[in-house]
Order: sequence, then structure tokens, then C-alpha cells
Amino acid sequence: MNSYNVVIIGGGSAGLAAAKECYDLGVKKVLILERDPVLGGILNQCIHNGFGLHEFKEQLSGPEYAYRFIEMIKETDVEVKLNTMVTDITKDKHVIYTNEEEGYQEIEAKTIIFAMGCYERNAGAIQLPGDRPVGVFTAGTAQKYLNIEGYLIGKKVFILGSGDIGLIMARRMTLEGAKVLGVAEIMPYSNGLNRNIVQCLNDFDIPLYLSHTVTKVIGKEKLERIELSQVDEKLVPIKGSEKYFDVDTLLLSIGLTPITDLLSQLNLNIHPRTRGPIVNEHNETSIPGVFVAGNGLHVHDLVDYVSREARLSALGAYNYLNDRLHYGNELITTKNEYGVGYIVPQVINYLNIEEKVTLKFRVTKPYKNADILIKADDEVIKKIYKLNIIPSEMENIDVSKDLIKPNTKIISVEIKER
Amino acid sequence: MEHKLICIVCPRGCHLTIDENNNVSGNSCPRGVPYAINEMTCPKRMLTSTVKIVSKFINRLPVITSEEIEKSKIFDVMEEINKVEVKAPVKMHEIIIKNVLNTGVDIISTREILD
Repeated sequence: MNSYNVVIIGGGSAGLAAAKECYDLGVKKVLILERDPVLGGILNQCIHNGFGLHEFKEQLSGPEYAYRFIEMIKETDVEVKLNTMVTDITKDKHVIYTNEEEGYQEIEAKTIIFAMGCYERNAGAIQLPGDRPVGVFTAGTAQKYLNIEGYLIGKKVFILGSGDIGLIMARRMTLEGAKVLGVAEIMPYSNGLNRNIVQCLNDFDIPLYLSHTVTKVIGKEKLERIELSQVDEKLVPIKGSEKYFDVDTLLLSIGLTPITDLLSQLNLNIHPRTRGPIVNEHNETSIPGVFVAGNGLHVHDLVDYVSREARLSALGAYNYLNDRLHYGNELITTKNEYGVGYIVPQVINYLNIEEKVTLKFRVTKPYKNADILIKADDEVIKKIYKLNIIPSEMENIDVSKDLIKPNTKIISVEIKER
Repeated sequence: MEHKLICIVCPRGCHLTIDENNNVSGNSCPRGVPYAINEMTCPKRMLTSTVKIVSKFINRLPVITSEEIEKSKIFDVMEEINKVEVKAPVKMHEIIIKNVLNTGVDIISTREILD
């Protein structure tokens, strides 16, 4: 049986950055398994620019960002198998995959890095009311049809959910000649980046309906119209507020969920908020030597942070291979307090912290004029002032090792309005 | 008269204020200043789209403007982009349309399609 030091499942932004880092750390026998015919993952269909400001200090489009990493990987001895689907993972880290050339194969992995990305939530996930006609798509599906296949799927479009892909598609379909009648967001604030509201909606006079949702999909075979209603503060539709839009396309941009199907076979604990596995300071799951990276761990808004985080997972794999990871002593737990939705990592092994640990989290609603308080067992160890904090932007806070004590039990993050 | 803007130079999205003397505040980095001034005088945007490509495995080649173009010209430039058809192989950052509509800006590829 073939054996690898690191098997990376997924050749998108997380997998590529993890592979490059493994190579840079001197790890041999690294394999990427990718189900698509090309590397790059979802970046290939994200043709808009704005990627790479942190990673490359310039603005790149998605395919350009992917290209930089693909070119770097070409210069390494990292092995890549394309058109390859992983079907099973065993508890002793055997990876089973299939492809046309090799058929069904089983390989041994000393470490595994899951970098499988995320799904888009669909109509079923929000129990979208009404008919089920042709013409209701997730925004990413519409993006693939348009940017990869070359099909504009509709001419009169409404978008439910203000996630970034929805906003990007509002602009993209407008540029290609479709009329986008509006974007509805059930929350009283947008879920996309501010810049996307400006350059994708405001630039093209596309209205954003905050505190609104689609209450009925109407159409026998093809989508004919949608009913939009305002919602109250409990998110319940207000009777009498209905508006109707005649559309042939409804795009859903209502959130993303980490892909964890393969992980479930390992009985890993899934975090209820991130919907990705629970991990430690090296993005390592409860199974030693099994790591996660990218949107398969928690959903990111910037690919630059995916790359950075994937390098941490690769460092974890390197440390594991060199017996440098400590297990078994008491772990520090991270705890989200007032205003914080979740924190990654969920557990920290003090002995494994090198210089610092980066806490990644999102707030539960927008805050203005607030402090982010980082506490170790209720004692404030770091305080950061923010003029604006919004749920759609992930926060990264570095906590240096000297602020943490070996016997610290809980590190918590809290938002305190001034 | 003060104008409030959201900076789109980077994903941070700073809340900017600009007055009639072009004094800009609210920016966290120097790039916010020229952005705000341009936005009030001649707003410009990068434009990304795709062109038709004849290739074994893909139908569309992603492209970008080599520099920002005037916002008012976006739809005219789109029309030019949609007239183009290229054949693989195409290298990264090949010029697809030179000096589009005499703007001084090129349309360049953002993906390598080697077939």
C-alpha cells in the first residue's frame, strides 16, 4: 500500500496553501487529492477581484490568486491527483479514493488535512415557502453557469440573502444584461462586506431590502413571481407588507456550511455554530494527526485568511510527524461570551503554543464603539477598541503566549460596548 | 457639504467622510484619500468579466481591465468584451483587447488555458 506523510483532501485555496507550507517545512511525500480536473477550487469561478491583499499585497481576481499557488506547487515535489474522488477514510487514517486511471485505491496517510470547502445552503435549508419551479438557484451555481460554462440563467432576477456571492452575482448578471430587481435580507443589517454593497448594489441602483424575506415562490413549471414581505424584530413576516416581483430567477445567498461528510465517518465532534469540526490550536481534530483547513473548518469571508490558516494546519501536520505535539495534559477551552458567536480554535494545548495563538471569531450582530475583551479565567489580558464590528467580517486576534498561564483553564472573548 | 462614503479599496470597508475642500477622514490607510476624491470627481472601477474561448475543457476565459476604468463606461466596455472570441492556448495576463474604446486600458486574461 502506498504511504504518504500528508494527504490533503481538496486542491482549492486551503489545500494549495497547506501543500506549499508542507513543502516549505521540508515534508516529503505530500499528496493532494482533487475531484475537479483542475486545481484552484471555487477561486476559478470567482472572477471578480479583491483577493490577495494580505497574502500578496495586491488585488487579484480569484483565478489569479489560485494561479499563484498552482505555479508555486508546480515547483515542488508535491504529488497531485486530479479527477479523484475520496470515498472513505478509516480510523487508522487509510484514505480510499477512485479515479479513471487507477480505479479504486487505498493509501496510508500518516496525517490528513481536510480542505474540502463548504456547501451553499439551499431552498430546503430555510424551508423556502411556495412552489418548486425551475429558476431557483444558489448564487454559486449561477456563478458557475455564467463564469465557467457561459450561460446567463435568467433575465429578471431577485436575490434572497445578502451574502457576498449574492452581491457579486447581482453585479455580474447586471453586467451581462439581466435586470436584478432587488436583494432581500431577513436581518436588519447586510451579511456581505460593505464594499460589495457599494460596488455591486449601489453602483447599479439595485435596491437592498433589509428586514425582508421571500414568503412565497410562485410558478408552476418555471418561476413566475415571488412574494416579498417585511419581517418584525422576531423575524416573523408582517401581514399586509407583501410586495410582488415578476422574475424568472431567484438566487439564494443564504449562507455556507462546511462540508463534513467524510469526517462524520470518523465520528468527529462537529461544532454547532461553525458546523465544522472542533479543533485545537493547530486546527487538529480530536483524532491526532487529522487536521482541517479553510471553509471546511469554518466559513471565511477572505481567502487570504484561508491561506494563512491552512499554513497553521500544515505546521500541525509537520509537528505531528516530528513528534512535537503534546497530548493528554489539561486543555484550555475557548468560550464565546456576550456578542461573540463562536471561536476557533475551541481548545488550546498550552504546551503546543509557539509564540502566539490566533483567535478567530464572529460577532452575533453589528457593534459600534466597542471593545473586544480577551480574558484568561475572567482576567482581561487584551483589549482592542473597534469603531465598527460586523458579523460578516471575521475577526482575528493574536494572543501572545506570555499573556496565557500554563494553568489557564478558559480563554474567553467578549464584546463590551462603550 | 460633507459626503459619507464607504471605501472599496480593500475588504475593510472604512467609513469615509469628505468635505468640499477634499479633506478626507475616517480612512485607516492612505489609499482612502485618493479613493474618496476620485469618487466625488470621476469614479472608477476595475471591471472583470469573461470572453468566449474555444478550448477542450472550458467555455469562458476570465478577463480584467489592466487598470480602473470610468464607471460611466462600464457597459460600453462590456459590449466590447462580449464581441471577442479567443482560441486556447491563452497565457496568464495576455492582452485580449488592446486599448479598449481608446481608454488607454487593456483587457487582459486572468487564467491560463493551455488545453
